[in-house]
Amino acid sequence: MTIHLKVWRQSGPDAKGELVGYTLENLNEDMSFLEALDVLNEELIKKGEDPVEFDNDCREGICGSCGLMVGGIAHGPMKATAVCQLHMRHYKDGDTIVVEPFRATAFPIIKDLVVDRSAFDRIIAAGGYVSVDTGGAPDANSLPIPKEDVDEAFDFATCIGCGACVASCPNASASLFTGAKVAHLAHLPQGQVERKERVVRMVDQMETEGFGDCSNHGECEAVCPKQISIAAIAKMRREYLRALFG
Amino acid sequence: MTPRIKHDKPDLRSALSSSVGKKVLTGVTGFAWAGFVILHMAGNLSYFGAGEAYNEYAHKLLSTGPLLYAVEIVLLVCLVIHAILGVNIYLGKRRARKQGYSTYRSAGRPGLQSPSSRTMILTGVVLLVFLVIHLKSFKFGPGIAEGYSLLVDGEPIRDLKRLVTEKFQHPLYAFGYTGVMVLLGFHLRHGVWSALQSLGAMNRRLTPLIYGIAALLAVGIAAGFIVLPLYIYFFAP
Repeated sequence: MTIHLKVWRQSGPDAKGELVGYTLENLNEDMSFLEALDVLNEELIKKGEDPVEFDNDCREGICGSCGLMVGGIAHGPMKATAVCQLHMRHYKDGDTIVVEPFRATAFPIIKDLVVDRSAFDRIIAAGGYVSVDTGGAPDANSLPIPKEDVDEAFDFATCIGCGACVASCPNASASLFTGAKVAHLAHLPQGQVERKERVVRMVDQMETEGFGDCSNHGECEAVCPKQISIAAIAKMRREYLRALFG
Repeated sequence: MTPRIKHDKPDLRSALSSSVGKKVLTGVTGFAWAGFVILHMAGNLSYFGAGEAYNEYAHKLLSTGPLLYAVEIVLLVCLVIHAILGVNIYLGKRRARKQGYSTYRSAGRPGLQSPSSRTMILTGVVLLVFLVIHLKSFKFGPGIAEGYSLLVDGEPIRDLKRLVTEKFQHPLYAFGYTGVMVLLGFHLRHGVWSALQSLGAMNRRLTPLIYGIAALLAVGIAAGFIVLPLYIYFFAP
């Protein structure tokens, strides 16, 4: 199949970027989108041109490294997949696809499609951890947790920190990411020690990083490769009010 | 990059200006106004009541005196907070993504992005401008001194019904009001459920239900407001 790409090319953080058109012929429809970009890069390298930089690692949808705006949607048009799991068979021969980096002031562009998402690391460092006693590991079943709580906590813990929530949010808010971390730990006994400080510090850090405020569009949930519900954001707000008045 | 980690203790002031606090305040103040517009709409419908029901209702409302002033002050404070935060969130969003996408599409459900959610700042500003004109026309408009009076039980009261009827016989006012009430419906369509989400009162099961109810409520309120000007313009003598 033949696919026309319009790819955001930007040589460095402060350089002016632009969309550059490329045409890829003889693509296999079973290729992933990232493999199509690999084909493009091989051609560019053969021609002596600069390959397109893009983040990727596991290529099986679980690491959160990849992340592109494909056709205006974070991770592309398929639900519940990271862009590495998006396959060319979902496109028609001759389609034109616009590929842009995740855009947010808090995610500055490093080069081409690669953005610096370390703002997420600093939100985690501000409170996304638990206090544990040192010594031998406790018996796995010595800490009973109700099944409902485990299920809820696990749903929120599936966040891979890819940043699609921020990228798709009309306000560039990091509320779903932060909410998922807060909600995950608030549901577990291990998370109780820092429960109050955690939510305040993580919300504070989220603002310090320059993310926008949430307007409850819920777009984040629609693009999340792990389908994390905006219930996480409601939970974060309850936790915040609890920290303040509880 | 050097980590920028702050360790502030929560105090009420910084909490209210935090991104969660701003949403909670927007939600609470929005709810106060949603409650008000429902009561206002119900009051409007007394126009269709028998005899002088409309004028008597307006008169009774005015005669509550200090209670009415208290409610008005609360509404004014809520409006100022709601508007300031709305503008603040809008400006913040522009700072948070300085360069927009050349192509952007919504991924659809389960996302709840809609024309209503995307235009809150616009519909909000229109409603604010409308409110000023509306208060000038009616609340601070001509009253007993200007001859808009009638006698009920030997007591002169304001003939608001006559004023309203006259105003809505002008096409500009009748259709302008109708248009603004449609925008109010749009504002409430996102606003009502969003306020609950902002207060943390949502979960996976509740959200679809409340989102649906909010749509019915928004349509109901807008329709309740719109029947009056359209009735007067097309059917009133």
